[in-house]
Amino acid sequence: MRFDDEPVPGYPLPILPGHTSPGRFERVLRAGGFAVTTELAPPDSADPDDVYKRARVFDGCVDAINATDGSGANCHMSSIAVCSLLTRIGYAPIMQISCRDKNRIAIQGDILGGAAMGVCNMLCLTGDGVQAGDHPQAKPVFDLDCVSLLEIARNLRDEHRFQSGRRISFAPRVFFGAAENPSALPHEWRAQRLAKKVAAGAQFIQTQYCYDLPLLRGFMQQVEALGLFGKVYILAGVGPLRSAKTAEWMRKHVPGMHIPDATIARLKGAADQAREGINICIELIQAIREIRGISGVHIMAYRQEESVAQIVDQSRILQGRSPWYPERDAAQFSHRNAS
Amino acid sequence: MYAARAWSVRHARGLNAFYAKFEGLLTRMHGLFRALGYERVERPVAGIEKVVKGLLFDCQMCGQCVLSSTGMSCPMNCPKTLRNGPCGGVRDNGNCEVNPDMKCVWVEAYRGSQRIPGGIEAMSKAQFAVDQRLQGRSSWLKVVREKADSASATPKGALP
Repeated sequence: MRFDDEPVPGYPLPILPGHTSPGRFERVLRAGGFAVTTELAPPDSADPDDVYKRARVFDGCVDAINATDGSGANCHMSSIAVCSLLTRIGYAPIMQISCRDKNRIAIQGDILGGAAMGVCNMLCLTGDGVQAGDHPQAKPVFDLDCVSLLEIARNLRDEHRFQSGRRISFAPRVFFGAAENPSALPHEWRAQRLAKKVAAGAQFIQTQYCYDLPLLRGFMQQVEALGLFGKVYILAGVGPLRSAKTAEWMRKHVPGMHIPDATIARLKGAADQAREGINICIELIQAIREIRGISGVHIMAYRQEESVAQIVDQSRILQGRSPWYPERDAAQFSHRNAS
Repeated sequence: MYAARAWSVRHARGLNAFYAKFEGLLTRMHGLFRALGYERVERPVAGIEKVVKGLLFDCQMCGQCVLSSTGMSCPMNCPKTLRNGPCGGVRDNGNCEVNPDMKCVWVEAYRGSQRIPGGIEAMSKAQFAVDQRLQGRSSWLKVVREKADSASATPKGALP
């Protein structure tokens, strides 16, 4: 998908009627494209090059890059900083905001600050509990939860007001999202929870890993029954499992991970388990594409980031589309000259 | 400790009905509370509330009770103090991500809400961010005061 009015990388796009952000990600979704997003694990370093190196791996295969905010309650470079670095060279980052580490004063400041740095997409999350990470002795803040965070964020953008009611002079022009886990209990209420988030201001949803297709289908039917199709863009979470052992470990230790026994058995039976993990992921993506109401996939490949390009390529989800990356136009120009 | 909490969720319907009556009684005591001074009765009432609700719900005295919208399962017992539903970390056995030996407060809330007429609709309504200043204060008095204030703000003969 190319946009005729694409400006100098790092500059905001003109905001189209009905859009809320000057970003590429919202444009892809609203234009009806099947969007692909992925996750960048922020480095344990203060070197911007470490961020750029990690982003470059995804060049040409994703529409937006999530920068996690202390995922798994482990300490890393902050999401707002990673996103700010990425916008400098034109990438479309999705800033993650977790309620675990900051109160409403800090979070509202970050929304303004991130938007000022050119971040067009923000994902509002509850966040993993501190016990899951490397600083279990830290104080869990949870001043807000994701629904109240979304409400506050939307009011900043649409009403130009802090939660206190004090006015801001220039509103953050941001496309707001939230997460959902269709595989977690209580299954019957998950779609209602999504409805709550949409009512609070979520415009897009990125889900946890969906390895259980019947659960995802059931969830999407409930979403449709609640009349949410057309009100929110849903990106299903997928990712390659490196081996049966990793899958079992993740199922046990990663909060909210639900992997069916059949998936683990299939990995166990494979000669090349890593390859099989990628195959499973590709098949999942192709099946997810067929589910009504799903607008894209969110590929999480922690420590296997290089496999994202392969997965995107082999599942053919981009359908010949080439998402923007810093050298895209130069690369295609030289390719055209050569041929 | 979890046993009493679980009992309350099993009896959500009865407790909810009882509270509705109790709230009516408290509301009628507005005149008395006002005569004595709300700030003066705050401490003793909050003390009683803490004991009663502490026994029944492991109440954390957030001062802005939403038990009727959460199936009588106190959301402040959620380690993330979520007030709008379960996080994505609920374990496959329905237990808490943070505290694996505890039933997820929201899985319980969903069960309790099914027992209360209109409970699921109530649970689906968004709850605002907690006002941290109310921590430790009486929810009961807050409700009575707000009801009396809104009643006095409505002119006589007008529709509520």
